[in-house]
Amino acid sequence: MKAIVIGVIGADVHAVGNKIIEYTLANAGYNVVNIGVLSSQEDFINAAIETDAKLILVSSLYGHGELDCRGMREKCIEAGIGDILLYVGGNIVVGKQDFTEVKERFLQMGFNRVYPPGTPIEKALGDIKTDLGE
Amino acid sequence: MGYYLLIDFGSTFTKLTAVDLDKGEIVATASHFTTVATDIRDGYRNALIALYNQLGREIKFTRTIGCSSASGGLKMAAIGLVQELTVEAARRVCLGAGAKVDLVFAHHLTKRDLQAITDGKIDIILLAGGADGGNTESAIFNATRLGEAKIKIPIVFAGNKSCQDEIEAIFQRYGMNGHICENVMPKINVLNIKSAREKIREIFLKQIIEAKGIKKIEAEIDQVILPTPEAVLQAAELLSRGYLDEKGLGDIVLTDIGGATTDMYSICNATNRSDVIFHGLDEPFAKRTVEGDLGMRYSAPGIIKSLTKEEIIKLNQAKNIDIEREVDYRYRHVDMVPTNPHDYHVDQLLAEMCVYKAMQRHVGRIEEVLTPMGIVYNQFGKDLSAANYVIGTGGVLIKSHDPMGILHQTTNIKRIPGELRPLNPGYLLDEDYILAAMGLLSQTEPLLALRLMKRHLKPL
Repeated sequence: MKAIVIGVIGADVHAVGNKIIEYTLANAGYNVVNIGVLSSQEDFINAAIETDAKLILVSSLYGHGELDCRGMREKCIEAGIGDILLYVGGNIVVGKQDFTEVKERFLQMGFNRVYPPGTPIEKALGDIKTDLGE
Repeated sequence: MGYYLLIDFGSTFTKLTAVDLDKGEIVATASHFTTVATDIRDGYRNALIALYNQLGREIKFTRTIGCSSASGGLKMAAIGLVQELTVEAARRVCLGAGAKVDLVFAHHLTKRDLQAITDGKIDIILLAGGADGGNTESAIFNATRLGEAKIKIPIVFAGNKSCQDEIEAIFQRYGMNGHICENVMPKINVLNIKSAREKIREIFLKQIIEAKGIKKIEAEIDQVILPTPEAVLQAAELLSRGYLDEKGLGDIVLTDIGGATTDMYSICNATNRSDVIFHGLDEPFAKRTVEGDLGMRYSAPGIIKSLTKEEIIKLNQAKNIDIEREVDYRYRHVDMVPTNPHDYHVDQLLAEMCVYKAMQRHVGRIEEVLTPMGIVYNQFGKDLSAANYVIGTGGVLIKSHDPMGILHQTTNIKRIPGELRPLNPGYLLDEDYILAAMGLLSQTEPLLALRLMKRHLKPL
């Protein structure tokens, strides 16, 4: 069973979407490692190392996602899991910014997939199946 | 029913407690220097004579059981993968099993690490790494390294279940003294103590006490059944929880200041609050931490090391002493017993510093986080603020003229925001030195052990 680490990053306590993601991915047959809300980059990375996860799926709903996610790829590299897939989604920036630019910024930060507000988890699930090869 | 004899083979003293089961009383206690270097039975026999002298007669015991921390106690090395996760889980399991964790390693073992294990005279290695179904590479790598290094001491594998077979094969290939048990961290942040702890105890009883020359005593007593700190932990847990209709004391904290270590125990849930978000690895209900650099004699220099130059100067001025000289003297004369007011004064000060620092490392903390949803509270480690009692044991506390002053150091005297120290506890002193013995007694007579503790712990 392939492991996926999920959680809500930073000082963000939005728990509902997090539970929906856990439910959907677990039903799809993944070993979902949910580290919950208010999680730091290190929490995600440590959990991924111990569970041998191939993917970290970061949620951020409160607009500070850009600040919270900065440097995460570099930390993964330092921690020896530089190849891990990083997804991010939610309301990841403040205000109504052009999402093409937002996406580009997160891709530059080393994220593999970036989802705009209101994306259903089923859409991400399709990408997960493609990226993890099943 | 008759009489039970409970024996604590300590590093310095062999302590005997005789209990009359019919009357439900402690009838006598006695002690003598531990003689494990020559023959552990000599010290025991002398203590027994002292006990009989107190009673004025010899009695026949129906059961004689002991716990031991003689010959350096149980020294373990904990190996895991990520520092905050399986390494910490492994460390907590070792401490909960009554061990002193001398070495802790994360990720891949190096040649230097292996050398440290050999040089450190480690008794048992706990090898963890990976949640179940997770990383297997690290544990397999480390097991192979230990095998190649021809390490023959017992190794308990308590890591990722998915590589148990590979690890077992490595144990066989290198002819290692290997044992397999459940993962100490089967899921992220979930702590699983029981299986590994039982295995450690089993190895301690079958192999370690034999190797340390303690097993000889079993010619004269029934059995050594526990490492002493585990006996104390079990006594404390019983005292907290209660048994049947006999109520316990609820949340408690216990501190044991020794010559080489300061042990801190807390028996309570990590938090009882619903308005905090708990972070990190599960906290054990009965938690023990051991500070190997805080102690009254062997480890007294560690107290100085934890201070800055400025702090030392301030301390010397405030207390009118030369703390470095005092500590150095105690380190060189570990059998020193205070005889004059000055020595008592210095010992009191050292004990206070040991307890303050040991609690600082044991206790959890809370942080306020401002979020767009309002203030939320992040908690790391255990919340001891609701502790009903702080209990003290160990020679320095029992001999102190002001044990309360030492135990008071467990509370937040410096008003550091966020430290979840006991807020307003009562204070109890184990002045008859019975806690380890009651841990032994609790194996078969929990109700009596509980009642005796409640009767003998002295309120301060």
